[in-house]
Amino acid sequence: MALIDLANPSRFLALADRVLPWLAAATLFAFALGLGQAYVAPDDYQQGATVKIMFIHVPSAWLGMFAWGIMSLAAVGTLVWRHPLADVAAKAAAPVGAAFTLMCLVTGSLWGRPMWGTYWVWDARLTSVLVLFLMYLGVIALWRTIDDPARAARVVAVLTLVGAINVPIIKFSVEWWNTLHQSASVLRLDGSTIHPAILGPLVVMIVAFTLLFLSLHLAAMRNEITRRRLRTMLMMRADAAAGH
Amino acid sequence: MDLGPHAGFIVTAYAAAIGIVAGLIFWVILDRRHLTRAVDELEAQGITRRSDRAREEKA
Repeated sequence: MALIDLANPSRFLALADRVLPWLAAATLFAFALGLGQAYVAPDDYQQGATVKIMFIHVPSAWLGMFAWGIMSLAAVGTLVWRHPLADVAAKAAAPVGAAFTLMCLVTGSLWGRPMWGTYWVWDARLTSVLVLFLMYLGVIALWRTIDDPARAARVVAVLTLVGAINVPIIKFSVEWWNTLHQSASVLRLDGSTIHPAILGPLVVMIVAFTLLFLSLHLAAMRNEITRRRLRTMLMMRADAAAGH
Repeated sequence: MDLGPHAGFIVTAYAAAIGIVAGLIFWVILDRRHLTRAVDELEAQGITRRSDRAREEKA
């Protein structure tokens, strides 16, 4: 099957039905492995056992930004090719991305209280992630405000691309400004500063969370395609009732 | 496993993460169930999309 064939919603649905069980199984396997490794990972010499929060905080932060990246690519697909599957991908990613961003904020606060002495501080990293969460809510609200999915997709696509500016701001905020949040320690040009005994489980957890995101996104896309089919059928019924 | 003096924060963080992931999974499953049921009901009333009709005729 050529890649372009997947742009057909019916073929995409057939592929999603085939792929989802395998993706779900891979997700479960990765989580079993990651959580097992996280359980036996040593405590941090400064932070003690609270470093275990990192195994869920860092992957959720990554997915909050990754989902917006997916939405931005889909926004280009919507604005340039006006392809409905791009609209579907963007709409399905928004609630999943919002949920992972919320998870990042909650777990970060619960890590911050014992380490920093406060749940929240208005520094550049925390504030830019909160802005990301609010933008997700804005996008979800916008999808619900406009009835016509194609028109909603174009408006949301513009907002998504404007909001994409925030993603590099989140990533580099800890370098550009003086923040309470620590500087980058996983993805650095000179290599990670995390000890391999902790970095190993963290990487497995990032893979597990990414597989979870892909599973949920695929399932949500399948739902969105069905929702659009339902909408078409409801309009046909209304037309039939009106005698057209 | 000894989670030390901040065990409450660690357990709450994992509980929140599990709650959010469970919420997402339930949302996707319930949404699917609702949509499939609604489509099935309309199909039972004889309402099918043009592309579905064409596929059935082809088969």
